[in-house]
Amino acid sequence: MTTHIPSPALESYVAADPGLDDAAVWAVEVHLENCAECRARMAEMAAPPLLALLDDVQVAIDRGVRSGPGPVRRHPWRRMVHRWAVWSVVPWIVTVLSAVLAAFLLDRQFPERPSLVLLLAPVAPLAGLAVAWSRRSDPAWEITAGTSRAGLEMLFRRTVVVLATVLPPLALAGWRLGMNPALWLLPALTFTAATLLLGGRIGVDRAAAVLGSAWVLVIVVPAITSADLPVVIRSESLPVWALAAVIGTVLTLLRAGDHQRAPR
Amino acid sequence: MVRMVTATELRPDTYAWPVEAERLEVKAGRRHLAVNGLDLRLGTGVHGLLGPNGAGKTTLMRALSTVHRPSGGRLTLLGTDATESRSLRPLRRRLGYLPQHFGFYPRFTVREYVEYMAWLREMPKAAIPGAVQRAVERVGLTDRADSRLKSLSGGMLRRAGIAQAIVNDPALLLLDEPTVGLDPEQRVDFRTLLRELGAESCVVVSTHLVEDVVAACSNVVLMDQGKLVWQGLPADLTRFGEQGGTGDSAAERGYTTLLASHRSAK
Repeated sequence: MTTHIPSPALESYVAADPGLDDAAVWAVEVHLENCAECRARMAEMAAPPLLALLDDVQVAIDRGVRSGPGPVRRHPWRRMVHRWAVWSVVPWIVTVLSAVLAAFLLDRQFPERPSLVLLLAPVAPLAGLAVAWSRRSDPAWEITAGTSRAGLEMLFRRTVVVLATVLPPLALAGWRLGMNPALWLLPALTFTAATLLLGGRIGVDRAAAVLGSAWVLVIVVPAITSADLPVVIRSESLPVWALAAVIGTVLTLLRAGDHQRAPR
Repeated sequence: MVRMVTATELRPDTYAWPVEAERLEVKAGRRHLAVNGLDLRLGTGVHGLLGPNGAGKTTLMRALSTVHRPSGGRLTLLGTDATESRSLRPLRRRLGYLPQHFGFYPRFTVREYVEYMAWLREMPKAAIPGAVQRAVERVGLTDRADSRLKSLSGGMLRRAGIAQAIVNDPALLLLDEPTVGLDPEQRVDFRTLLRELGAESCVVVSTHLVEDVVAACSNVVLMDQGKLVWQGLPADLTRFGEQGGTGDSAAERGYTTLLASHRSAK
């Protein structure tokens, strides 16, 4: 602000002089908004009726502030929960947790049989993923699918929530049974990535069903009936799982755009 | 402080039509082509989308809201190619959409829900609380703003749905059956809101109620079996009704006349 408003201009503004054109009025008002000194000068020039009116308004505003509704309370915690949580997943998470607990107890009881925790680990996140992405269980799928955060960002948030709920119990069970963490972690991550990758094409719920039943039929059922630990969950196959997990994650990130549209 | 007007706000639109569809084909489900070779151009204003059940209105709305990818033809929304996945994100910030089956999370309050939708549409953080309050006020839900959604009546839920659709001041607003469950007084208020919104943006309202269209829309789009039948002014629709047809009002008679003549021409 270099110069202040000259007194004649301010006087004609206060008097609402029709001689002052629109452009001049704007210039005066923009200056007044930013300059306390000129506002004080204008207040001195104002006529008494105007000052009385302003006092009345001030009183009315104060009364309104005191008697009116208070400002809305912020709930940062609730808001964070809303942005991350996927409510439809909760019942499934409970089921998966009970399954992990049961597998852990059976493994403790029969240490010579193939480990059920390891057999369960790859498919444990699938139920949660399927529900988080299913249009049948997410009531607002149609609204959320058309927003700009759909796609990579929602994919990331939902997957993180599902993994953060499923992995800790597996870690606990694996630790109590004295297993190498990579043995259950890498298959779980690989199957998560594969489900999301395939899900971008055919829908995550279908992909989870296909991959989950394939794992159960090809690996779990033979392992339980023959009582041999299958080669895919022995430590020899760890490098293959590591490679698969890395490739799967990279491909999933590259194809995240597939999740921008609603599944059919 | 004087608010700065950014260059983006002052930039003139570089497109002639907010919605431009050419031989558009959209599938409902795996095989059925619900929108089949639709040519449509919509400008600023309120457009009433009319048609019998199964005409493809909802499928068209899903394509316009970018939820479903068109399976053929061209679709340009706000000057952006909507079949291209890469340009979707900035386009979606400028869209507002109320689906026909409006799902919601019952434990959210109205304010939390509208705020969540504003966040999903990537509004600037500082603008969200004010925009939410304004949207809630515009649909007349101020006194229920902090009630949970599960405690609201059907008409109030619908209005909460309208609030989430308008919260980001969309340039293209899509409302699928917005007047379902509203009582007559609320429908009158809603028409006023529609006219306000249509002054600046392109609003597409899909409905069965011919009288809503005549009262609040600046333009009528009539479709049947996935194709455009007729596009014109509400007054012209009423004029068609003077020539006969079945229905209780002139507009309804015009609607049936146009549909009947379209079907017999095939």
